[in-house]
Amino acid sequence: MTEMAQSTTASRRSAQVVAARLGRRYSAERTFRLLGLAAVVISIGFLGMLLVSIVGKGATAFLQTQVALEINFDPAVIDPQGTRDPAALDTADYQQLIRTAMITRLAPDADRTTRRDLTAMISAGAANQLRSMVVANPALIGTSHAVWLIAKDSVDMVMKGQASRQAGVGGNTLNERQQGWLSDLESSEQIRKAFNTTFFSVGDSRDPELAGIWGAVAGSFFSLLVTLVVSFPLGVAAAVYLEEFAPINRWTDVIEVNINNLAAVPSVVFGLLGLAVFLNVFHLPRSAPLVGGLVLALICLPTIIIAGRAALKSVPPSIRQAAAGLGASPLQIVAHHVLPLAMPGMLTGTILGMARALGETAPLLMIGMVAFIVDIPKGPLDPSAVLPVQVYLWAGSSERAFVEKTSAAILVLLLFLVAMNMVAIVMRKKFERRW
Amino acid sequence: MTASLNAMLPLGTSKVVAKDLNVYYGDKHALHTVDLDIRAGEVTALIGPSGCGKSTFLRCINRMNDLVDGARVTGALTLDGDDIYDRSIDVVQLRARVGMVFQKPNPFPKSIYDNVAYGPRIHGHAKDQTELDEIVMTSLEKAGLLGEVEDRLQESGTSLSGGQQQRLCIARAIAVQPEVILMDEPCSALDPIATAKVEELIDELRENFTIVIVTHSMQQAARVSQRTAFFHLGKLIEVGDTEQIFTNPQQPLTQGYITGRFG
Amino acid sequence: MQTFVLAAALLLMMSFAFRLGRGRALAVVGGEPRSLHSLPSYYGWWVALWCGLPAFGVVAAWLIFEPSVIRALVVAALPPELQMLSEDKVAVLINEVHNAALGHPTTNADVVTAAEQYTRLRQIGFAAVTVLSIALAMIGTGFAHRRITATLRARPRVEATLKIFLVASSTVAVFTTVGIVLSLLFEALRFFHMVSITDFLFGLNWSPQMSMRADQTGSSGAFGAVPLLAGTLLISTISMVVALPLGLFSAIYMSEYAAPGFRSWAKPALEILAGIPTVVYGFFAVITIAPMIRSAGAVFGLDVAAESALAAGFVLGITLIPLISSLSDDVITAVPQSLREGAFGLGATRSECIRQVVLPAALPGIVGGVLLAVSRAIGETMIVVMAAGLSAKLTFNPIEAVTTVTVQIVTLLIGDTEFDSPKTLAAFALGLMLFIITLGLNVVALHIVQKYREKYD
Repeated sequence: MTEMAQSTTASRRSAQVVAARLGRRYSAERTFRLLGLAAVVISIGFLGMLLVSIVGKGATAFLQTQVALEINFDPAVIDPQGTRDPAALDTADYQQLIRTAMITRLAPDADRTTRRDLTAMISAGAANQLRSMVVANPALIGTSHAVWLIAKDSVDMVMKGQASRQAGVGGNTLNERQQGWLSDLESSEQIRKAFNTTFFSVGDSRDPELAGIWGAVAGSFFSLLVTLVVSFPLGVAAAVYLEEFAPINRWTDVIEVNINNLAAVPSVVFGLLGLAVFLNVFHLPRSAPLVGGLVLALICLPTIIIAGRAALKSVPPSIRQAAAGLGASPLQIVAHHVLPLAMPGMLTGTILGMARALGETAPLLMIGMVAFIVDIPKGPLDPSAVLPVQVYLWAGSSERAFVEKTSAAILVLLLFLVAMNMVAIVMRKKFERRW
Repeated sequence: MTASLNAMLPLGTSKVVAKDLNVYYGDKHALHTVDLDIRAGEVTALIGPSGCGKSTFLRCINRMNDLVDGARVTGALTLDGDDIYDRSIDVVQLRARVGMVFQKPNPFPKSIYDNVAYGPRIHGHAKDQTELDEIVMTSLEKAGLLGEVEDRLQESGTSLSGGQQQRLCIARAIAVQPEVILMDEPCSALDPIATAKVEELIDELRENFTIVIVTHSMQQAARVSQRTAFFHLGKLIEVGDTEQIFTNPQQPLTQGYITGRFG
Repeated sequence: MQTFVLAAALLLMMSFAFRLGRGRALAVVGGEPRSLHSLPSYYGWWVALWCGLPAFGVVAAWLIFEPSVIRALVVAALPPELQMLSEDKVAVLINEVHNAALGHPTTNADVVTAAEQYTRLRQIGFAAVTVLSIALAMIGTGFAHRRITATLRARPRVEATLKIFLVASSTVAVFTTVGIVLSLLFEALRFFHMVSITDFLFGLNWSPQMSMRADQTGSSGAFGAVPLLAGTLLISTISMVVALPLGLFSAIYMSEYAAPGFRSWAKPALEILAGIPTVVYGFFAVITIAPMIRSAGAVFGLDVAAESALAAGFVLGITLIPLISSLSDDVITAVPQSLREGAFGLGATRSECIRQVVLPAALPGIVGGVLLAVSRAIGETMIVVMAAGLSAKLTFNPIEAVTTVTVQIVTLLIGDTEFDSPKTLAAFALGLMLFIITLGLNVVALHIVQKYREKYD
């Protein structure tokens, strides 16, 4: 065969062979593409699943079930001496008033067990409600009023649909009698769901219906404040030095390698550092936002430095040269020209760092911000919890009502995170420059 | 679509025919009404100043323009009489019949052997390993590279010199056994010695393939091609036998370009 | 609170010093600023720095060392028998003293006395610091003020001071690393005096029960870390089985196939997965995923533990999807278009081009990204604390409950931390191990990416 003919046969075979395999190749192509799309859809689907799950379980926490009872502010119970002495008013047995009201309304000839069942439907915090009312306005003594009192979590869950309406079934922890009373109250419209101000105004509590996130929110606020005050100046200063002034030598290399490594260290290790150094060596107050803030600052610092350097790098050399040409000193060039232009990028990086710090839990557990803290902290030195730790603590309780509160706390946390990220994105878009 | 072959066509028959071809990139009208015959078994050179549309025309022939967003082609472009842009045409098959060598050598970061074997593998040309070996060796030989690399076929393709890399890319294109080979300024990134080797190669390849080469260098066009087409600002100005174009151009623009008055 | 007031007062003094300095500089040259070496404001800054730096230095030193100093003094003043107590008992005592000083009532007479003394010491100390810092501020101002002349090179001096601050800030990172390594090492070494290092690294039994009372002899705990490592490995592997395919294929689809419109909302959506705190994922794992897996297991007749490694690993994997996706996306996009054109020119389909040309070229970067993700998985704490268990079983069965290194670190340290017991110190030994492993992985990842990256020129 001549060479021409040889290549003839070769070319002929190639065209036929190509056609035969084509079908298979194209279906492989379709499958591959579909796999890619499926991966994206599944991943985003997980996000949806998570959000739906949490919203479904937590949205109802923003409401609070309350029962209207005709309370007789009986002087015999509250102020037997008649002195209106604040100390006496403070320590009176308000629970008795509630008991009486419940018995009168629902089961006038109640025996002991019935009485227990009755009062088990009202929250222990209701007594405090009455107390504050009387202490603020002693004129109430001797009168009779309808008061909306906080219901117990067992009632709360049924009213919100988080537990079934059948006694003892599907999360319903009431018995038949209690369930009956509940329906009774409903039909006479003496039970309602109001906005849950308690959730947003108090700290932690053993009773789910009295638990609030305000303490944790304040704790998070103070912690992040400390973090910001410590890490922002240090981070900006370090970024400026490394990017603008540092000579190229081994020491600078060491610093850079350190920063990159620290950015990848698990946050637990920072918690260990905080425990060993801040608590054990310096004896700083345990469980205080000050220590939490310092640990978080160390965690955020590498991120802020890296973002800051990127922002500084993006300022074109032409601006620096122009300033130098006019006789500005290196520090003046940075302070007057480069830093202001790089500031939006630095701020964006800082905000994103703060957002990450807001969600950190493990290191704070280890420096003790995990105690059961009821009071609202008033400053960075008062013991407190932070929002993600509060979520962790509540998540450990298996009561259905705490599941609801945990989910709601998560929603509040996510809201803060969304807000912070939005601010960062808006800032980035607004100050984005095209060189 | 029956596959017609170089060998069955007498020399001089049209292999690729463009009729009334227009190409738009978005709003930009890149090629205006081109009528051009590429003849079988010949080397056709496309010359002209930068941005005149010669690369655009070249990339239409194997539909590489499809990869550009907003590219639109009207008119007719046929390969052996069949419209390339017809909806029933499979681009993958087309590119097995029309191969391409690019301006900057782009060997895959694989071994020399795997670079050449890639095309035959995906199209399923070889029944078994022996046949694949044969195809690889033949292609390397035809590309004039075998002698230089036959003892290091497992080394990376990127470890070769620029000229060797480009010959590797030519071997890679040949291995698919195409009918037409398109070359987009294949020597512009090479030194003169490597360029000479590639030009020698093009002359040998002419026996078995139809070649269309875009070149900036008129001397190269004169050395290497039998027919030359001159493009200017998206229009085909003149096409004819190479010798005639360079000694006795009909169009004033062609004359101006040849004599170096512009471009 | 008082400290804030003091700080505010000092800042006020600094601003006053600034004005003084600037005024003096102008006065010295008879109102002609051009005769001055530097701008007048630099002279102001110079005086302000002389005023503020020594003063704030004293305040800072007070803030840092006050708790330890006062503590030592209070302890020294305790009745002798209380001083002899072990370290941790003393710590508890000091805690009571703190609380008493804050106003919480207590009946212990010793505590009451100590609390009174504590409060007194703090007040004295604070008064001293206030006096000292204000005095220093005034002296500094006076000193600097007098030294102002027309030729005094104020700007370079001020800038030099600023530069020192810049350098110091940069070294904080180094100090942090040193601090981490030293504190971990120190406590871990103390641990290894109580438990031998071979027992720790190769022991198959982890049950850190410690004798509860000081008079119990011997430690009844076993500190073999192998079950923990096995648990960490199991959960990390499960997480990569989830994250790698989903992350990689998402990256491939979004960089090679997706329309720009799709990409513009899909990419941010994927990033949201990365921004959700891990404690939320932990909760999600416990409330939704673990029950799902249990019921699914029941369908197949399997008895899945409530705290299975599968549940924890699965959710951990979800967290890592965005990391792998974005890192892979970056490397895939970095592969030059010329390689793709070469493949298309030969008649390859898109998937063939991706599978056979793009991915192999991007492989080093992808492997680096995977190693980084594994490092993250190993160091992850909250998801495993909430969704995985505490039982240190040595198993590779995903439907059983296991525990990990990070879970144990947290568990050992929640509650009273007695820094003498092996239990607490074991946490530091585990922390050291964790630090070394994650650091090692990061270094290897970086090395791989740099060494095998093709230079495309």
